[in-house]
Amino acid sequence: MAEERTNGYKSGSNLEKILRAGHFAVTAELGPPQSADPEVIRHKARLLRGVVDAVNITDNQTAIVRMSSIASAVLAMQEGIEPIVQMTCRDRNRLAIQADLLGASALGVRNLLCLTGDHQSFGNHPTAKNVHDLDSIQLIRMVKEMRDEGRFQCGDEIKGVVPRFLIGAAINPFADPFEFRPYRLAKKVAAGVDFIQTQIVLDMDRFREFMKRVVDMGLHEKVYILAGIGPLKSAGAARYMRDKVPGMLVADEYVERMQAAVKGIPKEDKKARREAWRQEGIRIAIEQIQEIKEIEGVAGVHIMAIEWEEAVKPIVEGAGLLPRPEV
Amino acid sequence: MIVGEQKPLEEIMALLGDARKVLVAGCGTCVTVCFAGGEKEVGILASALRMKSKLEGHPMEVDEVTVQRQCEWEYIDPLKPRLKDYDAVLSLACGIGVQAMNERFPDVLTLPGLNTTFLGLPMEQGVWEERCQACGDCILGLTFGICPIARCSKQLLNGPCGGSQNGVCEVDPDIPCAWQLIWERAIAFGQVERLLEIQPPKNWSKSRDGGPRKIVREDLRLTHTE
Repeated sequence: MAEERTNGYKSGSNLEKILRAGHFAVTAELGPPQSADPEVIRHKARLLRGVVDAVNITDNQTAIVRMSSIASAVLAMQEGIEPIVQMTCRDRNRLAIQADLLGASALGVRNLLCLTGDHQSFGNHPTAKNVHDLDSIQLIRMVKEMRDEGRFQCGDEIKGVVPRFLIGAAINPFADPFEFRPYRLAKKVAAGVDFIQTQIVLDMDRFREFMKRVVDMGLHEKVYILAGIGPLKSAGAARYMRDKVPGMLVADEYVERMQAAVKGIPKEDKKARREAWRQEGIRIAIEQIQEIKEIEGVAGVHIMAIEWEEAVKPIVEGAGLLPRPEV
Repeated sequence: MIVGEQKPLEEIMALLGDARKVLVAGCGTCVTVCFAGGEKEVGILASALRMKSKLEGHPMEVDEVTVQRQCEWEYIDPLKPRLKDYDAVLSLACGIGVQAMNERFPDVLTLPGLNTTFLGLPMEQGVWEERCQACGDCILGLTFGICPIARCSKQLLNGPCGGSQNGVCEVDPDIPCAWQLIWERAIAFGQVERLLEIQPPKNWSKSRDGGPRKIVREDLRLTHTE
């Protein structure tokens, strides 16, 4: 029955059709505002429309309160964007998550990204209680069972329409213990994940090594892997990511390139330096995508241009990935 | 053991408010071992209260007592005849002791002088670390003797999050990543495959989420209710 309704697709989303057709997929990210202003979503959505196949809508990203990902996703859909709703285990227990998923599916959301969530100590409510009733792997399994078996987490039958999502998850090939990372991906695959977006790749050697293990384990045949691309905004940002962000590896090569990009531009000319950095950041991202396309087992890229949605179009265009295929 | 930490003096003074005659009551068990609420700490805090209240122009009369265990009736019952003399009792026991005092002696208010912090382990002189959350459903047998409920900042059951680097947690470089430790133990025992099984959602009803817990052992009870 379910198969008939969706013509054999799990969710029937554009992203699923792109991936199934074997196209190199492109997704991006849209951060909801720290306000109730729908215009912010609409503006960002217009920058991404027609440029990517689907767009992640973040869920209280970095533990800072923002407009809800599901509400933002609906606003984005009104602007012609296909959303990937992010759902973290930090803020909701299994009751709240399932209720929100029924609502999201009813509103037409067809892609979901299951995340553990950044710890609340990083955000603007560090004294909050976190939930973590489920972890991301348990969340994946719960969503799959809701979709494929028509059951709530408790085992009760969903009487009527089941929520229908292409199930995504994140994986960080750069965190420790490195040896465990491919196994953690294998667990997500076993739990029922359909696609993966990786942490920002800024260490190609490590990423290649990770993908080789993934291919050796045959995981690339069971899940679509989208490599994370995060265009660098400045030399300072590159250094910060290299030295201060837990779970991130940044090759010195990129830091040096960003530093060299402003050579000869006086420090006082902030505008010119900013422009030079951003151009170099976009150039690096394009080169990375071209390299990543050649790596076995990679099905696409996920571009995380955080608060820099304008960068997505030149990157996708520069990488020769426009126009996006119609499926 | 239960590990506690003394509240700041200002907070204790504010809690005591207008009380002029105070009994500072220590406990000779866990909080003595962690240097927070034993006989010695009772003496130091009582002196501090006397001095501060005097400096502020409202001298307080402060007496001291330390019982072996404030969480057992038989050890606190002997305090009963003295308590009517006091405006308040300041307990330096853990939260269990404070509540035992209030429950047993409802006519006098017992206030907390400590923050009960965690169930933990003295790592070295002056350093304590959390080890148990009393979740009611021990999984140490699955995680090679290292508890991710108490020691992983996100209480993950299926491996480390993306914030583990160089063996430490993203929340604080002073926190070892519990899953790094579990992984190393799994390798040491040659049983990595045990970590590859998906652990289902935890039954939190056995933890505090199921409401306050109680254990009744009929085989041990002296009086039985039908």
